Amino acid sequence: MTEFAPQTEELLHGYMIPSLATVRRIVWETDDTFTLLLDTTQMNDSPYSFMPGQFNMIYAFGTGESAVSISSDPAKPGLLGHTIHRVGSVTSSLSRLKRGSLVGLRGPFGSAWPLEEAVGKDICIAAGGIGLAPLRPIIYSLVRKRELYGRIVILYGARSPLDLLYRVELEQWNKLPNTEVIVTVDRGDSTWKGHIGVVTNLFSYIKLDSESTIAMVCGPEVMMKYTVEELQRRGLSQERIFVSMERNMKCGIGLCGHCQFGPKFICKDGPVFRLNEVYQLTEKKEL
Amino acid sequence: MEPQDLTESLHKHPFLNNMNEELLKTLTSCASNIVLPEGERLFKEGEDAKTFYLIRSGRIALELPGGERGMIRIQTVGPGEVLGWSWIISPYRWHFDAYALERVHAFAIDATCLRTKCETDYHFGYEMLRRFSEVLERRLEATRLQLLDVYGNAPGGRGENY
Repeated sequence: MTEFAPQTEELLHGYMIPSLATVRRIVWETDDTFTLLLDTTQMNDSPYSFMPGQFNMIYAFGTGESAVSISSDPAKPGLLGHTIHRVGSVTSSLSRLKRGSLVGLRGPFGSAWPLEEAVGKDICIAAGGIGLAPLRPIIYSLVRKRELYGRIVILYGARSPLDLLYRVELEQWNKLPNTEVIVTVDRGDSTWKGHIGVVTNLFSYIKLDSESTIAMVCGPEVMMKYTVEELQRRGLSQERIFVSMERNMKCGIGLCGHCQFGPKFICKDGPVFRLNEVYQLTEKKEL
Repeated sequence: MEPQDLTESLHKHPFLNNMNEELLKTLTSCASNIVLPEGERLFKEGEDAKTFYLIRSGRIALELPGGERGMIRIQTVGPGEVLGWSWIISPYRWHFDAYALERVHAFAIDATCLRTKCETDYHFGYEMLRRFSEVLERRLEATRLQLLDVYGNAPGGRGENY
């Protein structure tokens, strides 16, 4: 047992003991989804930094801990955003926090979107529902150095117009040069003038150069499955497609096994994977 | 638009990708170029399906009457897509209402003309059926995905559901 002690201590200090972060603000994006903005400048391990695609473990005191993707700008790590769907006890507890409240924060954990690899290439981002949140940091990064990348297409599907996240930013990104944002909803109403239909329908409206495009996909697993099929139908190889996988993460460092996905741990090896690393696993129903 | 120009324009529509010249000419003889103003109704549920459309620009909404809920918009069809497959399946009646959400440029294909061509030229008929089968398969897949309500409050996820 003793030979493991130093490693355990290192793990505890590095990853398992939460730092305290202060709630700066809560922004309600939809009726049941909010962005928790945390001030990280006073944290023990400040300055805090993260890469687009990574996630944190957020602890609501007295309730529990939850893994949440970081949804804010990596260039502004002092104000850390997490967009959260309020559905369970932890997320409900987080949604009731006030300015100045404290939360426990562990992270950042996991792999990142391929920002370096995307340089000089066209980029297709496909998001479904709250899956836009883990993609928002990479969009900020791409937009900040817009000249480094080719054409950027953002395809976004949500349940209804009322469930759309970051509406103002979607409009702003759409106005950027050589950048196109196309939004669709599964269920519209008579006031909605945009597209209605699943996100995969949007591929009919764009042209992808399969040799120069990198795709990044995040959303519910079923949505990702069909999106990946559509991308491959349009000639993109699995090496050019990146997905952000979802499983229930607990420890964040590949120890507890809650997020095991075949030989992979989503929290440590992912959540962002090149498709060829996980494609065969996604075909297995029991995983 | 001259028939030759119409054939060339039709050839550029994704639905007719790689269709051979001869078949394309057959189709062109039933086609016309149309522009629909915003708000224009194309057809209504239950009416005879006399035309199908290849959309070039603009968007069309498909709606169903939902009783007390009013009209329910179920889908939009946009550039590069096909609107209408009821023309090819008996009893040739529309299943939805359709109207232009914005100004629409499209090719309108006369269904009666096309059905006659399909029945007299089986090669052409097979080609149309093959292409429409693909459209139907994609629509069916999309409808199933829509029915799954994948963005609902299903358990699981990264942990945001706790």
